[in-house]
Amino acid sequence: MIAVLGLALGVILGLLVEPSVPAFLQPYLPIAVVAALDATFGALRAFLDGVFNERVFVISFVSNVVIAALIVYLGDQLGVGSQLSTGVVVVLGIRIFSNVAAIRRRLLHA
Amino acid sequence: MPDSALDRTRRALTARPSRSHAVVGVLLALLGFAGAVQVSEVRSDEAYAGTRRDDLIQLLQSLSIAQSRAADQLTELEQTRDALQVSSAQRQAALAESQERLDALRLLSGRTAAVGPGVTITIKDPDGTVAAATLLNAVEELRDSGAEAIEVNDAARVVAQTWFADGDDPGDATLVVDSRNVSAPYVVEAIGDPATLVTAVAFPGGLTDEVEALGGTVSIVKSDELQIESLAPERAATFAEPIT
Repeated sequence: MIAVLGLALGVILGLLVEPSVPAFLQPYLPIAVVAALDATFGALRAFLDGVFNERVFVISFVSNVVIAALIVYLGDQLGVGSQLSTGVVVVLGIRIFSNVAAIRRRLLHA
Repeated sequence: MPDSALDRTRRALTARPSRSHAVVGVLLALLGFAGAVQVSEVRSDEAYAGTRRDDLIQLLQSLSIAQSRAADQLTELEQTRDALQVSSAQRQAALAESQERLDALRLLSGRTAAVGPGVTITIKDPDGTVAAATLLNAVEELRDSGAEAIEVNDAARVVAQTWFADGDDPGDATLVVDSRNVSAPYVVEAIGDPATLVTAVAFPGGLTDEVEALGGTVSIVKSDELQIESLAPERAATFAEPIT
């Protein structure tokens, strides 16, 4: 319940405040958001499987975001930033898809 | 645990809040916030945000090429404009000059009415003794004094080709000017500097003395605005052609 409320609160806050993203964060924010989405869907799947652990969720959430940002940073330093962030997005997208598929199977038995 | 996933969801939604719930809520709030910020960020600068550096450089180069081409065009058009302005000014000057010459020539040939300061000379000739030669002398004196337009009796404009002749009957006080009969009193109007024109008539041995010797009288009236409205007959040149 609180999780759903928190999500809604964050979205509303972001839309209302509309802060400008600082320049040094600009390349990392989209990747970080996708990574966090991946962690969230993983957690949802674990929850429906009955193996949800909030400690695991927090750690996977934070590490996902940090690693995604690190990869993009490394790619920027190596001159392949755009390609690498595309790769990260593809991998995370695949993971999100498989997680959502598992959730669907769990909820709808289909 | 034979719990179904739906049961677990239902329970989680109605469960009492605990610390673990709060942590998850905070993280998800962070996610929602970041996502919303990113979405609004992308919306705010759409046009070239996703463009790669190479494309941007190419875009910039093509823009600068287009700009230099436009600047070239601008200078070219400005030069054309200046040239046109100069030529139009020249044409206007030429037009004004030819208009001036036209006016001068029309005045000279008596093809236009004239207005200006001048004198009106009235010659009374009760005995009919004033001859064409006297009037011609008067006209020549007026011309020498700078008269620019002359007419006799409001009917005969005096120009270069104007001729004077005595009437058929020597005693009837009539003269012929350019085939027109003019009768005494002869009124000669001349446009020019009034003071000079007066001296042209009134000097000793001039028109006044001549006419008075013949038994007539001469009166001279200066005026600031004299109108000469008669026109000389049009004479087309038959033999002479202008050399340009």
